[in-house]
Amino acid sequence: MDDRRAPFWRFLARDNEDPVKILGVAFLVALISAIVVSSAAILLEPRQTAHLEAERAARMAAMLDRLPGMADILAETGADSLRTYLVDLATGQIVPDLDPDDYDAAAAAADPATAVAIPADLDLAGLRQRAPYAPVHILERNGRVELVVLPVSGTGYASRIEALLALQSDLGTVAALTITSQGETAGLGARIENPEWQALWPGREIADDSGQIVIAVVRGQASSPYEVDGISGATRTGNGVTNMLRYWLGEHGFGPFLDRLREQGV
Amino acid sequence: MPKGLSRITAPLIGQNPITRQILGVCSALAVTTGLDTALMMSAALTSVLCLSSAIISLLRNHIPHVIRLIVQITIIASLVIVIDELMQAFAFELSRALSVFVGLIVTNCLVLGRAEAFAMRNPVGPSILDALGNGLGYSLILILVGSIRELLGQGSLLGVVVLVPVADGGWFEPLGLMQLAPAAFIIIGLLVWAIRSYWTDQAETTAQATPGEQVAR
Repeated sequence: MDDRRAPFWRFLARDNEDPVKILGVAFLVALISAIVVSSAAILLEPRQTAHLEAERAARMAAMLDRLPGMADILAETGADSLRTYLVDLATGQIVPDLDPDDYDAAAAAADPATAVAIPADLDLAGLRQRAPYAPVHILERNGRVELVVLPVSGTGYASRIEALLALQSDLGTVAALTITSQGETAGLGARIENPEWQALWPGREIADDSGQIVIAVVRGQASSPYEVDGISGATRTGNGVTNMLRYWLGEHGFGPFLDRLREQGV
Repeated sequence: MPKGLSRITAPLIGQNPITRQILGVCSALAVTTGLDTALMMSAALTSVLCLSSAIISLLRNHIPHVIRLIVQITIIASLVIVIDELMQAFAFELSRALSVFVGLIVTNCLVLGRAEAFAMRNPVGPSILDALGNGLGYSLILILVGSIRELLGQGSLLGVVVLVPVADGGWFEPLGLMQLAPAAFIIIGLLVWAIRSYWTDQAETTAQATPGEQVAR
């Protein structure tokens, strides 16, 4: 062995069965892989986040386009879009001193310092914790609420499902449901993203006469105004959507806000 | 035929990774509901296969035998993550359509199989050619199965309507089964049967161990 060579070449020249070489190669491969993977993740993150945000905005816009009469209402009110408010979920009051654009609900839900734990018996959507505030998008005309768009999220079969639920002015009828993010089984659960399935939602009622939230994705064909046809082969994804809506429309979700909106308006 | 060329052409049918060596079938079932996802998956797998074969072949003299599988998997997994991140940054729509299956290239026996059977023992040039050939062989089957499933299941190819379905006033009744995983099993089974009936030397006899250079399944 030539001792004048650099230590690295002497290391490479070691026998492949030598323990130093085995550990060394394992360490070097792991180190280089870790550097490559983490730099890719960090360098590309801004682009990926931009794509995700653009997608969310595009889906919101697409949902509004699909709503009947939406274009007329927007033209009439002169607003080009909905107004976004930040709502304190516990009280149902609008938070006046925070800009909704600056509030990152996902980060607030993940941060133990700000997150609100969801009691296990109320945690239908399997979220464990949520942010204290949530952004809601409201369209008003002459001081009357025409449309409310609520961001909702829950646990499906294989992934977190995120969606936007639009309610009509009575706050009890679905105007639209748009899935904004999901990672369910391709070809089965992932079909909740299909426009044909989402087109089943407008006109569904969220609560029965006693005020109980009963909206559900059922197996097979829907038989009442509170039901939406399930997707065959995706029962658990359907249950995930049901639980997501029941949690967010319920007492621990947007329930207090919707009650207050019904009584007092914005 | 020059040796380099035969490394690319042999895995197309004679040593096809899916129909002959029965490798990488899992992803072939999952991503072939449509032609577009099949094409994207083919491109992703072929590039991972070529890159991993090149890197592993470069390092082959310095990978200790006892930890070779761990080293190979680490390299393959890192490449797959980087490709997945790149797709999410630059081909967002397609990466959405493929969802988790790009990440699952790691578990594709084909990639590890070629690394272990070929790249560990051969110089960089032949290793890349072998990887390219196997990638193309895999792509060929994926594209075939993807076309058949999209055509019969949705009446379209690459999203363009070819057979007008009944729902839109046409005559074609889409076969729902084609969009489910069992259809891919059936089509791949029929393909294996057709290929082995035509090239009878591919058929396995019970007495004889399978020839060829397969290692991992």
